[in-house]
Amino acid sequence: MKKILRHRMFWPVIALLALIVLNTIARPSFISITVQNGQLYGALIDILRNSAPLMLVSLGMMIVIATRGIDLSVGAIMAVSGAVALTIIADSPSPDDLGTVLVAILVGVLVSLLLGIWNGFLVAVVGVQPIIATLVLMLAGRGVALLITGGFITTINSAPYKFMAQGYVIGLPFAFFVSIAAIVIVALIERRTALGVLTEAVGINPEASRLAGVRARGIIWGAYAASGVLAGFAGILYTSNIMAADANAAGLYIELYAILAVVLGGTSLAGGKFTVAGTVVGVFTIETLRSTILFLGVPSAVAPLFLAIVVVIVVLVQSQRLRGAVAKLAQALRPKKPEVAR
Amino acid sequence: MKKILAGVALAGAVALAMTGCASDGGSGGGGGGDDLITVGFAQTGSESGWRSANTESLKTALSEENGFKLVFNAADNKQEAQIAAVRSFINQGVDAIVIAPITVDGWDDVLTEAKDAGIPVILEDRTVSASDDLYASWVGLDFEKEGETAGTWVKDNFDGQAQNLVVLEGTTGSSAALDRATGFDKAIEGTDINVLDSQTGDFTRDGGKKVMEGFLQKYGNQINILFAHNDDMGLGALDAITAAGLVPGQDIKIVTIDAVHDGMQALADGKFNYIVECNPLLGEKVADLVKKVVAGDSVEKREIVPDQSFDQDQAKEALPTRPY
Repeated sequence: MKKILRHRMFWPVIALLALIVLNTIARPSFISITVQNGQLYGALIDILRNSAPLMLVSLGMMIVIATRGIDLSVGAIMAVSGAVALTIIADSPSPDDLGTVLVAILVGVLVSLLLGIWNGFLVAVVGVQPIIATLVLMLAGRGVALLITGGFITTINSAPYKFMAQGYVIGLPFAFFVSIAAIVIVALIERRTALGVLTEAVGINPEASRLAGVRARGIIWGAYAASGVLAGFAGILYTSNIMAADANAAGLYIELYAILAVVLGGTSLAGGKFTVAGTVVGVFTIETLRSTILFLGVPSAVAPLFLAIVVVIVVLVQSQRLRGAVAKLAQALRPKKPEVAR
Repeated sequence: MKKILAGVALAGAVALAMTGCASDGGSGGGGGGDDLITVGFAQTGSESGWRSANTESLKTALSEENGFKLVFNAADNKQEAQIAAVRSFINQGVDAIVIAPITVDGWDDVLTEAKDAGIPVILEDRTVSASDDLYASWVGLDFEKEGETAGTWVKDNFDGQAQNLVVLEGTTGSSAALDRATGFDKAIEGTDINVLDSQTGDFTRDGGKKVMEGFLQKYGNQINILFAHNDDMGLGALDAITAAGLVPGQDIKIVTIDAVHDGMQALADGKFNYIVECNPLLGEKVADLVKKVVAGDSVEKREIVPDQSFDQDQAKEALPTRPY
């Protein structure tokens, strides 16, 4: 029991479960999953599907944070990759052709990779502070996306592209499988090879790891490139969900939600140790929180305040120091007859 | 070759405009080039198809051929960025400023600065809560009337049938969202139409889709009518309704406001049921007003551009000839 309580995943999971219970009490239909046209349908399924873009972005953010960095440009990269992909499909004579769609996705993700490499170059080679280096693209990227779409919202009709975010495979949303694939790939590369340990070493003490022979520059550079690619895929999913490239709204504020998801999952912003499972739980917590606002019928004017209060509570519950203080307080307040009681 | 010539002509025009500025008030001499009116236009961003059409309309109307030099800024829907843009227009010493305010509040200071600098301000589309002697005129549409027209349609078609309705609101705090809600509520007051829920979808497709998914999970198939504050949110909701196994336009009747191209297409295809137009082509009216205020003529404080509304058959008819 104690072991479970002490596990670092315990409190993040409790926070997520508490939210699900709260929603179910508010409306029991929250937890129900029905079959509709051979597809699973329900609020929880929506959460699995809608969390995919945030999941990809958060995984990238986690790797970057582990190297003691931060990537503010992910939202803008999403906007760019979506704009690139949709412009290619919109301009092609055969938007329903699988080849066209694959090319569009590939080019969109490649552009994102280049943007990630640019971020990594600024941080790892030039030595610009991560927050400033990625701020450049955060501000400029959206402008680039608007330039690509000409300031309009590009809309397309393309069945294979639509499948990315809205299709179903064996009853489950395809986007969820994209999430799973990303989680598995990141977990395998970071945990089954030495890369994860090296990343943590760079984050914990860059100087010491350099002296120990770790090639910090390449690892940091790679982290930003990975974050770029993941954000690029997130942009594809986002545009596929609405079949429109909305350069202004795509991935707006997602960098902040991704940072939040990583932190809620128990990864420290100070860099170093990171947890893939924690980030996954953090993402689901945030996505569930968004549905909570709808399910509890929180008026839109106070919704941001509600979100903030819940996040503060979740973070406080996870704080070891606070829990210790509460335990001490409880002990102090207990009536003083312990011997008799035992 | 043509492009190069156009470029040279443009450079010449700009140079003339600059000399015009430098010798301020001197007799220009040359052609029309030095009489350009410099206008700073602070647009909200490009959050919807409506906004893009609106931007195009103003850019066309305030073009150089029409005697204007346009300094354009889109603020990505961030109020502080928009206020900063207006400040920069004041510093640049433009002849007139056109603003499409993102939110209603918070404009008093910067409008006072413009007034002190002697630069007339014309508001476009949305309104502000600031005192009306701080700006020259407002050109736009009657959002409350749009909401009321949508509400009247709902009342005329569904009163007495105990129908349930959900609302996708626009950006919280924007005058479009506030006034449309007011007008709509006024129109359906006293009917037996039950408003189940109302949440903001931020005027975007993504927002509309996610909120509609939530509504459908929450209320199942109790929902009979959807009122979306703009077409884009309604379009986003279409996918959510289809995914829930319902048929948009039949199981859930949809009424929206805007009448952008994609929305009209959905109406013609029978997925929407009614659209109240919100005419984005305000450019000519704005250009006209700018000319008047710069010349010192008196203008009306409120200029309302009339709106139409469409049902499915009217949409099929109107679609081929719509300019946007």
